[in-house]
Amino acid sequence: MTLRIAISDDALALACGADAVAAAMAKAMPDADIIRVSSWGMHWLEPLVEVNGIGYGPATVDDVAAILDGTSDLNIGKVAEHPFIAKQQRLTFARAGITQPLDLEDYQATDGWLGLAKARELGADAIIDTVTQSGLRGRGGAGFPAGIKWKTVAGADGPQKYIVCNADEGDSGTFADRMLMEGDPYCLIEGMAIAGLAVGADKGYIYARSEYPHAIAKLNAAIRASAHIVAPFAIEVRVGAGAYVCGEETSLLESLEGKRGEVRAKPPLPALEGLFGKPTVVNNVLTLAAVPYILAHGAKSYADYGMGRSRGTMPIQLAGNLKYGGLFETAFGITLGELVNEIGGGTQSGRPVKAVQVGGPLGAYHPISDFHLQFDYEAFTAADGLIGHGGSSCLTRLPTCCPRPISRWNFVPPKAAANARPADWVRCAGWKCSTGSRRADARQRTRSRACRKCTMPRNRDAASMQNCRSFPIFARR
Amino acid sequence: MDKMARLEEIVAAHAGRDGPLLPILHDIQAEFSCIDEDTKRYLAGALNLSRAEVHGVVSFYHDFKSEPAKLPVLKLCRAEACQARGCEALAADISAATKDKCEIETVYCLGLCSVGPNAMIGQDVHARLDVPKLTKLIESL
Repeated sequence: MTLRIAISDDALALACGADAVAAAMAKAMPDADIIRVSSWGMHWLEPLVEVNGIGYGPATVDDVAAILDGTSDLNIGKVAEHPFIAKQQRLTFARAGITQPLDLEDYQATDGWLGLAKARELGADAIIDTVTQSGLRGRGGAGFPAGIKWKTVAGADGPQKYIVCNADEGDSGTFADRMLMEGDPYCLIEGMAIAGLAVGADKGYIYARSEYPHAIAKLNAAIRASAHIVAPFAIEVRVGAGAYVCGEETSLLESLEGKRGEVRAKPPLPALEGLFGKPTVVNNVLTLAAVPYILAHGAKSYADYGMGRSRGTMPIQLAGNLKYGGLFETAFGITLGELVNEIGGGTQSGRPVKAVQVGGPLGAYHPISDFHLQFDYEAFTAADGLIGHGGSSCLTRLPTCCPRPISRWNFVPPKAAANARPADWVRCAGWKCSTGSRRADARQRTRSRACRKCTMPRNRDAASMQNCRSFPIFARR
Repeated sequence: MDKMARLEEIVAAHAGRDGPLLPILHDIQAEFSCIDEDTKRYLAGALNLSRAEVHGVVSFYHDFKSEPAKLPVLKLCRAEACQARGCEALAADISAATKDKCEIETVYCLGLCSVGPNAMIGQDVHARLDVPKLTKLIESL
């Protein structure tokens, strides 16, 4: 029997040395069927080598011989039955670790294009109803109901409309967008094509960061290979150029138009006057990638997962100082403590957890006393936080916590920082501002040049930040 | 081929695209390692923009350089997740080894947040870096 050896070609696996391991495998076992698949998301095990379903990781070139004769102590048993995978509810990442990212047959064999076929059958209104009933909310940060956004664009006048996919995943602690674009690009393409059918758009743009060359290459190849399937819908990848602020939707649109990525005033909403002034859906990668499942399996099947007004699943990213970091997709409702201690295995360095940053710099640093919080949009908002994109960075040291919000200014050149407008402020300053309107908060803070909650001047050094009440880890210490 | 003819080709390759300035600038940066004054002047004429508009865009984005880098560039991530995994100490320890070897550019997030500290050279990414690994990387440049 030919051995089926699967090794990921995800950028993270490559960064950990997957190519060298694959080459060594091919040399040691010339007859074996070596395929390059997406990543399972168990990042502490990368490069993960899967030999007929049995996993070995993290593998190095020196481990190859032992893996092939079955004596390696890196054996983790059946990968699909590993507790980290078995505990998840993978809808968006159902193909992670299993399929070859650019293989159309693999995609088709795993329910690919079912959602699009269903969408073509249903027609625009029914697609929007389905997405609305599924309860899908924006996975990029704001949590706005996707169906309502689509309805607004569908109802807007104009012959030309656009679907824009926000793939400018710039916050630290986030990598789910990258994993999806690299590991399952057809899923994103299918989601965008369905959105196009729903609102009457025939053109889509994916705005990806220049820091993700592997994702860009995979997307471009996938778009070429699937053009005949999604036609007349056409997709183009546009590459950002190292501006963090372009993750904000209106500055992203400016950048797509070839301008400086400066934030636009709202209204008008992008849904009515977006890209090139035309009605535009701007959705995050994970939002669009959730759509094929919803269409293929029905709104109820998706909405059955989750709690309260947070329906479906959330691809949570476990990062920072954790023993078992990676991608964990699960229904809303899991607690922060479970994620960090049970799934993430506690800290890698063994030091106690000081805080977990959830939702990037716009979210909050949650101390251990917040570990009872359930992953749910409303629960986190009530705790002055934000689940945002689900990126969670575990931190163990206070001294590295306090200057962090200030370091966000490094994202903006000094000149731009001095002239920053309110929205830039929110985006780059990283002050927690989850109460009330973000825009109003930002305006007020910019006027007073101080943190709204405690009137600390914003340029204070790290030590004096200890008096800042905006950061619970300091106040509750 | 002289530079102007090549610029003309690049601009022509993006004809018919809406809002083509960024893709054009990416191509120019990739080929000439910088976007200089002459290029900006040429682009302004070719795309019917003012030179100030082109300059405004070029200067806004970190990826576009006004002059080519003299040494190979190593992009080291120093965002929160990598800080939690020790990139600050690494950056401090490595600064001596880099002299004349490469330029260390700070980036915020390469999307490998669970296996930091991370770095990128060209399009190659490297994870789980420590001082010996990073020193070896720099020496191989």
